Amino acid sequence: MTKAMTGAKMVVQALVDQGVDVVFGYPGGAVLPIYDEIFQQNHIQHVLVRHEQGAVHAAEGYARSTGKLGVALVTSGPGATNAVTGLTDALLDSIPILVLTGQVPTFMIGSDAFQEADTVGITRPCTKHNWLVKDTDDLARTIHEACHVATAGRPGPVLVDIPKDVQFATGTYTTKQARKSHYSPQVKGDITSITDLVKAMETAKRPLFYTGGGVVNSGDAATQLLRELVAATNFPITSTLMGLGCYPASGDNWLGMLGMHGLYEANMAMHDCDLMINIGARFDDRITGVIEKFSPHSKKAHIDIDPSSINKVIQVDIPIVGDIAHVLEDLLKVWKSRGRKTNAEGVSKWWDQINTWRSIDCLKFTQTGKIIKPQYALSRLEELTKKYDRYITTEVGQHQMWAAQYLGFENPNRWMTSGGLGTMGYGTPASIGVQMAHRESLVINVAGEASWLMNMQEMGTAMQYKLPVKQFILNNERLGMVRQWQELLHGERYSSSWSESLPDFVKLAEAFGAKGIICSDPDDLDDAIMEMITYDGPVIFDCLVEKHENCFPMIPSGKAHNDMILGENADTANAIQGAGGALV
Amino acid sequence: MSALNIKKGSTSHSAYNLKAGYEDTVERHTLAILVENEPGTLARVIGLFAGRGYNIESLTVAETDHHGHLSRITIVTSGTPQVIEQIKAQLGRIVPVHKVNDLTVEGPSVERELALFKVAGKGDARIEAVRLADIFRANVVDSTLESFVFEVVGTSEKIDAFGELMRPLGLTEVVRTGIAALSRGT
Repeated sequence: MTKAMTGAKMVVQALVDQGVDVVFGYPGGAVLPIYDEIFQQNHIQHVLVRHEQGAVHAAEGYARSTGKLGVALVTSGPGATNAVTGLTDALLDSIPILVLTGQVPTFMIGSDAFQEADTVGITRPCTKHNWLVKDTDDLARTIHEACHVATAGRPGPVLVDIPKDVQFATGTYTTKQARKSHYSPQVKGDITSITDLVKAMETAKRPLFYTGGGVVNSGDAATQLLRELVAATNFPITSTLMGLGCYPASGDNWLGMLGMHGLYEANMAMHDCDLMINIGARFDDRITGVIEKFSPHSKKAHIDIDPSSINKVIQVDIPIVGDIAHVLEDLLKVWKSRGRKTNAEGVSKWWDQINTWRSIDCLKFTQTGKIIKPQYALSRLEELTKKYDRYITTEVGQHQMWAAQYLGFENPNRWMTSGGLGTMGYGTPASIGVQMAHRESLVINVAGEASWLMNMQEMGTAMQYKLPVKQFILNNERLGMVRQWQELLHGERYSSSWSESLPDFVKLAEAFGAKGIICSDPDDLDDAIMEMITYDGPVIFDCLVEKHENCFPMIPSGKAHNDMILGENADTANAIQGAGGALV
Repeated sequence: MSALNIKKGSTSHSAYNLKAGYEDTVERHTLAILVENEPGTLARVIGLFAGRGYNIESLTVAETDHHGHLSRITIVTSGTPQVIEQIKAQLGRIVPVHKVNDLTVEGPSVERELALFKVAGKGDARIEAVRLADIFRANVVDSTLESFVFEVVGTSEKIDAFGELMRPLGLTEVVRTGIAALSRGT
């Protein structure tokens, strides 16, 4: 079926056909025809953000918490350039989002017109793919193709740049079904490689599952199969920051997060294992530490839908390209058909070793005195909110790592954080995107005061759309992670790492019309958190915490997994030496 | 030990690109990349090389299938085996890329390059230039009383050699197309 309509109408029609129900955006000259169409329909709800970066992060939060495509709509020039950070963030964390940008009319492109920027040029390296549509007849097809590319294979951000004259002109609408694309990434894994992995699993004495965000992206089936696999084999499992929740934190085989600020038992197990099964993770430098010393005695298998992730950083013995759910399904089939074998005796000894590491209790802290420890604040938040239908977003820094350590996730899509890019200012808009998708759920943004200030304007959005997001700010009046590195690496010279002239967060909350809560006494904390949870509306919670607390455990730069600094009485002098100092 | 004294195999400017001690032999590979002929595709391919720090020694591109809307890019690049594999995987990930072939490893192939040489001179040098051009089976495509433009087709080595010979004979300008390559057989 083909139909004639204006480009602007096509945009709305294509989004409706793709099942989009929410668009986060900000109008401007070059997208006015699209905004005019949005005004005249009821299928799609538009959420007016306060800054284009907020629109993209909100779309990310929406996408990550639903498993669906997130959509943002911004104008040309500054609208598009403000979206760049969000696009890069989504690229590094493989979040499926579609960003629609307005562009100056085709006949003005290249003339340095008002609010003109080379949007496809600027965003080419920070999108999975992008398009400039110069003909209205191509517009609907391009949007359908963009939605396909964003969600197929390894998900990622896509951008469609639409000149204003293309929005005004009338063309033929192409339906979703009529779209043709050659882009279809491989989803089935090679059965020979899968069998090789099964054989390795049958004999391994010290096996370990190392899972990542790919499991979340693969969908619910992947999570179910992973849990079945772990239960059936009794192998221990750890996860990256991005993969938290795929295996429940309360599960028996859970070792906690691994990596630079990962748990002692998880990192030790990574170092000492003899079979590492990487499922949807990418050997990020936050995970591997120094590569020469990375898990030196293990056979390594890597399941990933992106062939370029394999052997990029770490050479593996058993590469399997495919979608996690498809591969795990075949893996389980092969393993069962070969008699469900594991080296039970070896694995049992391996657990004894792991339990010795666990007994160190690397997250132990002591809450004494009248100052709240950030670890204590998050432990209490966990205790008081874990029974709720809860979604957590974070900003970036120490609070983010503590949140990953002290909050438990039972399911995927419940944890939205900027992992790869480390974007301060991600959490507040992301919490808005999450709350838009889950109106009745408890959405908490765990923040540091410095990160939080980066996109605090989005409190206006939360108020306008009555989104009761809880901004839980661990306020140490410092750029905590920067300060920690300056302490460990730069002779305690705290260059520009304190938050001077902070606002009064309670008054700030009131200025927005939200509720402000301040808490500085550990004895008041529980009541204050309960007040935050039960308040029907957005809350800014200013939790004043210990100013110079360091985030441990920590694998210092240039060190191996078995060379961690632990908390409580850690010897931090000369923690980072030599070449490690040049690493970030 | 200086903080910036990073081990061999690492890049000096970033912690994100630390290479383990894999084989260090740098190999030269010719890649044939079939792409959709749409705006920005070449920029994507080149941007990938620039952004990830890979080398381009030669690059040619033109539409080869008008109906199918396909162009063929031939890139000569160099790197360790691991880097070459990574380049191919990264190229394969670009949405409008249909196919990536490594002509260096996928059986025998032929490589040709075309070059134009402008040589200015009089007297013996001029005669010698024409004589050498004849040996190289170069065509004269333009001539004045004081100059020739020679057209040479062949391997890059042949073109290098011709250029060396022309240098003392009054070589003033050179242009090369870069390598075009095809696999041998069917």
